[in-house]
Amino acid sequence: MSGAHDHGGPGCRELLDRLSDYLDGDLPAEVCAHVDAHLADCPPCRVFLESLRRTVRWIETSAPARMPEDLRREVLEAMSRLERGDRG
Amino acid sequence: MHRAMEAPVDNRTLLDKIRSGDPGAFEDLVRAYGDSVYGFGIRMCGEREDAKDVLQDTLLQAFRKLRTLKHPEALKSWIFRVAANACLMKRRRGKYAPDREVSLDELAPRDAADAEAEIPDTAELPDASLEREEIRAEVRAAIEEIPPHYRVVLLLRDMEHLSSREVSEVLDLPETAVKMRLHRARLMVRRALERRAGGDAAREGRG
Repeated sequence: MSGAHDHGGPGCRELLDRLSDYLDGDLPAEVCAHVDAHLADCPPCRVFLESLRRTVRWIETSAPARMPEDLRREVLEAMSRLERGDRG
Repeated sequence: MHRAMEAPVDNRTLLDKIRSGDPGAFEDLVRAYGDSVYGFGIRMCGEREDAKDVLQDTLLQAFRKLRTLKHPEALKSWIFRVAANACLMKRRRGKYAPDREVSLDELAPRDAADAEAEIPDTAELPDASLEREEIRAEVRAAIEEIPPHYRVVLLLRDMEHLSSREVSEVLDLPETAVKMRLHRARLMVRRALERRAGGDAAREGRG
C-alpha cells in the first residue's frame, strides 16, 4: 500500500519523532499544521499515529496496583502513631 | 470511625491539615497517595517488599518534611520526587546495566505489516472481557520490560498524569529529555502490543 507520497522517507521519520508531542498537544501551531498536512497525505503514518494513540489509552487505563489491605492497615497505624508521638 | 471509603481530600486542604498538625492529616495522605506510591514502587522495583519500603520511606519523609512545603500544587510532585529517589536507592543496591538511550530507529516500524498490526481500541472492548484483561496484562508486562529510566517517565506522565514540567522537576531532567523518553517508552509499549496483535493475526491466518 502506498500513500500520495512514498512512505518511509525523511518526512515520515521526522513525523515519527513528533507523534507524542502531537498527541499531547505540545507542538507549536505551525508545526502542528505541518504534521496535519503530512498525515493527510500519508495513510501509513495515520495508521501508526492511531496505534500510538490506542497504546497511550491502554497505558492510562491499565489497572493501578493497590496496596494490600494488611499493608494499608500497617501504614495507617504507623502514621497515626507518629502523629500521636509528634504532638505528645 | 471507619474512613476507608471517604474521598481523598484535595491537596490544599491536605497540606493545610499537615502544616497545622491536624490529627489524621497523615492518614489522609495515605488515603490520597498510598495506592499510587505503592503502585509506582511495584512498577519501578518489581517486588512487593521493595514497593512497601518505597511507600514507607516516602511517608516517613513526608512526615518529617512536608510541612515546610509552600505550594499545595507542588504536593504530588514532591511525593513522587521522594518516591522516585527511594526507587533509585533500591536500584543502586542491585545490579543494573547502565542507562542507555534507545534510538528512534530501534522503535520505528520495520515494514508496512509492522505499522498496520491493529492494536484494539480500549473503547471497542467490553469491561472485564477476556481480551481486555489479556491486553492489560500485556501492557503491564511491556511496562515492566522498559528500561527503568524510560519507565519512570512513562509512569509519572501517563499513569500519574504529572505534566512534562513536573516530571522534569521530579527527575532533575530537562523537559526535552522527559518528552523524548516518554515518546520512546510509549513506542516500546506500542511495539509489544503490535507484536501481540501481529501474533493474533498470524494465528487467525493459519486457522
